[in-house]
Amino acid sequence: MRYAMAVDTKKCVGCSDCVVACQTENNVPIGYCRDWIVEVVDGTYPQLELEIRSERCNHCANSPCVRCCPTGASHYSDGGIVLVTHDECIGCGACIASCPYDARYPHPDGYVDKCTFCIHRVREGQQPACVEVCPTKCLYFGDLEDPESDVSKVLKKRKYKTLIPEAGTDPQLYFLI
Amino acid sequence: MTYENILIFISNHIMKSTRRDFIKIAAVGAGGLATSGGLFSWARANFFEEVPNAPGMTRTPTYCEICFWKCAGWVYKNEKGEIQKIIGNDEDPHCNGRLCPRGTGGVGMYYDEDRLKTPLVRRTVNGKQVFEPASWDEALDVVAQNLKKVAKEHGPECVALFTHGSGGKFFGDLLKAFGSENITAPSFAQCRGPREVAFLSTFGEIIASPERTDIRDTRCLVLIGSHIGENMHNGQVQEMSDAIDNGATIITVDPRYSTAASKSKYWLPIKPSTDIALLLAWINVIINEEWYDKKYVEKYCYGLEELKNHVKTFTPEWAYGITTIRPDVIYETAREMANASPAVIIHPGRHVTWYGDDTQRLRAVAILNALLGSWGRRGGFYSPEKKDLPSYPHPEFPKPKRTWRDAHPGKYNLALEVVSNDICDSTIPSPDRACNFKAWIVNGTNLIFTLPDQKKTLEAIQSLEFMVVIDTMPMEITGYADVVLPECTYLERYDYCRTDQHREPNIALRMPAAEPKYDSKPAWWIAKKLASKLDLDEYFKWNDIEELLDWQLKKVGTSLEEMKKVGVKKFPREYDDLYFYDDQEIQFNTNTGKIELYSTDLAAEGFVPMPVYTPHEEPQTGFYRLNYGRSPVHTFSRTANNPNLTDLMDENVLWVNPKVAKEWSLKAGQKIWLENQDGVLSTFPIKVRITERIRFDSVYMVHGFGHAEKRLTRSYGKGVSDTELITNVKTDPIMGGTGMRSNFVTFHVEDPHRKEVES
Repeated sequence: MRYAMAVDTKKCVGCSDCVVACQTENNVPIGYCRDWIVEVVDGTYPQLELEIRSERCNHCANSPCVRCCPTGASHYSDGGIVLVTHDECIGCGACIASCPYDARYPHPDGYVDKCTFCIHRVREGQQPACVEVCPTKCLYFGDLEDPESDVSKVLKKRKYKTLIPEAGTDPQLYFLI
Repeated sequence: MTYENILIFISNHIMKSTRRDFIKIAAVGAGGLATSGGLFSWARANFFEEVPNAPGMTRTPTYCEICFWKCAGWVYKNEKGEIQKIIGNDEDPHCNGRLCPRGTGGVGMYYDEDRLKTPLVRRTVNGKQVFEPASWDEALDVVAQNLKKVAKEHGPECVALFTHGSGGKFFGDLLKAFGSENITAPSFAQCRGPREVAFLSTFGEIIASPERTDIRDTRCLVLIGSHIGENMHNGQVQEMSDAIDNGATIITVDPRYSTAASKSKYWLPIKPSTDIALLLAWINVIINEEWYDKKYVEKYCYGLEELKNHVKTFTPEWAYGITTIRPDVIYETAREMANASPAVIIHPGRHVTWYGDDTQRLRAVAILNALLGSWGRRGGFYSPEKKDLPSYPHPEFPKPKRTWRDAHPGKYNLALEVVSNDICDSTIPSPDRACNFKAWIVNGTNLIFTLPDQKKTLEAIQSLEFMVVIDTMPMEITGYADVVLPECTYLERYDYCRTDQHREPNIALRMPAAEPKYDSKPAWWIAKKLASKLDLDEYFKWNDIEELLDWQLKKVGTSLEEMKKVGVKKFPREYDDLYFYDDQEIQFNTNTGKIELYSTDLAAEGFVPMPVYTPHEEPQTGFYRLNYGRSPVHTFSRTANNPNLTDLMDENVLWVNPKVAKEWSLKAGQKIWLENQDGVLSTFPIKVRITERIRFDSVYMVHGFGHAEKRLTRSYGKGVSDTELITNVKTDPIMGGTGMRSNFVTFHVEDPHRKEVES
């Protein structure tokens, strides 16, 4: 099993619904977020291009955050989902520094927090909150090892990229372009 | 002195005050009065459903009140009984189980600690006007006495209701029972009015809401200044995404590179205010090339020959000089539309009050759709249906002696709804008017941020004898009220069921997920109590809202009990099909019974029967056209203080083209002040966003920021209010709409307010 997510940049309108849904689903305190929107503008008026991306933890298969965690709080879970065990986290911040995607934040309660791909929902057979809420249906989630999963099917059909592949972390967040 | 006498004394005193000082809410007397117990037994969690896969969670149905799309959803409460999240209802055609960011962030409206907490009554203490907390009984007595006084001295017609939201229906019932039909929503004359009048005069039907655009099945979607995706009109955003998946062509006409423009095959960066020229050139090409749907036009349309002659000279070459859009692009995009015909939508937009000739621009849009045969066709415009719920039995409403139209007879005859700005105008005393408004009831609309020309709005308010504002938040308008009544949020109340049109007729229930916080009350309760104090009980015969809703629901074969379980219920269509069938004989609801390319309605009223292009004002040197729009995370000025939504966006920024920024030596993020063509300065500064996405002759900001009410702690002083800079209003002579895009601003890099003080 290998969980992954694909983001269709051709459909994403950058509305931030994924951000709010994640906050209310996971009780993320106001002022913090586990996912966010990036807009990249290219060109000169009127020859322009705009790429909009909903970003979050890349749940890398070769995660520097897991490797550098001194207590083992950061670990791989079901299907390669990278998690932080809050009780074991000492809030040292090594993982925050090691993440090329800036996907982690220090929770005010003293531990480091990040996207979990909503593992509590996935285990119940549901989609992550961001995927379920997205009005443009631009997020696809599932098991890459299952050829019938939404994410496998869309990656087979479409051209895609990953972010900062040169970091060698084997990211599992794919952007359809 | 009896209690009653004291009240009369107070209200007289209020009326005699010559000036209505703006009062900052709760400037006096902290905290509310004790809540009256027992009143809200109906609201206790006497109904909830355990949620599968979420142990300990319960859910109750609602429909959203953050915007007019009114998506139905479920309010989830955790094991402690606290509202945690709101999730879309899968059965709801408005949202298909997916709420937008504002709906998802609706919890913030409930938790906002800046909410209005208790009724407030304006009183003068030591020569200073202040709001004093009052009990509901006391506050409603003041309202009733003042309304009665106005009715006695001037007639009940001199009371007007401004409303935007579900609760307004109860106040509408109240006002009609009181004897006035002057019930107005700024959503007509400040927003979608021109398109409704234009489509009615062309097709005999309006667009209404949610829009009947069949985007999900379209092959070509043309957006003219409509920024779907930034305006988060949920169903449309969802269907545009489906259309992208299906490979539909999107053509976006906008001086700004909007999100929708970035999803488009063609982006036409038009010179602002020249849209009609482009539309006429498209019509010219489609007629000249004979690309129109001949069978459809011949069978259903009236006035093709007149139109042919009318557009003869409006060639793409002619339009090039006006719009800056190259003739070959105009030609090519016309070809795209014709290729997709009839599955093509020239989108009518929603906020379309721009330049004062808006009804005519929307007529050009309607004509183009008619030529391409998209009205009543799959992928064009479908035929919507709604399930009406019967009104609870009540005596016939009294017939008012006058309406708002009597204020200036003969004006705006084609307006379909009451024109808000006209009520405002007619409130300012003038000897040549038969009717001046003396009292306003304002519910859920912050008129200071809604109506352009704030000076006039304030002048009207100062002319009033009485104003009561019912809102959930201490919006600017509350500061000018005589009585402020705290409404509870949609998560704490029942309202009438949602019965909006859609492909399938459907209704949605809103019920309270929690008891009202503080001493706030639902609109139905306020209206019913007030009715009682105005001796209008017979119009509100139901004992409580559950009885009313259950009675209505049983009339259509369901019940409150069932609706609590399902939230949304669909009904079979009763009238016609979603689309016209081949060779269907159709009698359109127009004077000629046909789709009117040549409008007999407009001709009869003395307007040009077919649209023409008129040049509009252009910016002077050093000034830039002020364009404004929406953010997907905010609704009007309504959500600017919502903790969840301000977390995403807590201020607006000014989009400036890099060339302009260079000329002014502006840096990204620099705070500047704006001054408009009439010398009006922005109260607050705004941060500069330097971006290629805006034309050199315009600037852009999101509407609804720059709040000057300090009790809105999260939004006070954040960004600039576009409304305060909109003082040049171009009124549409056809329907009274307020064109707001002929305003121009220049920049101040130093605080101009400080300069004024020093000199």
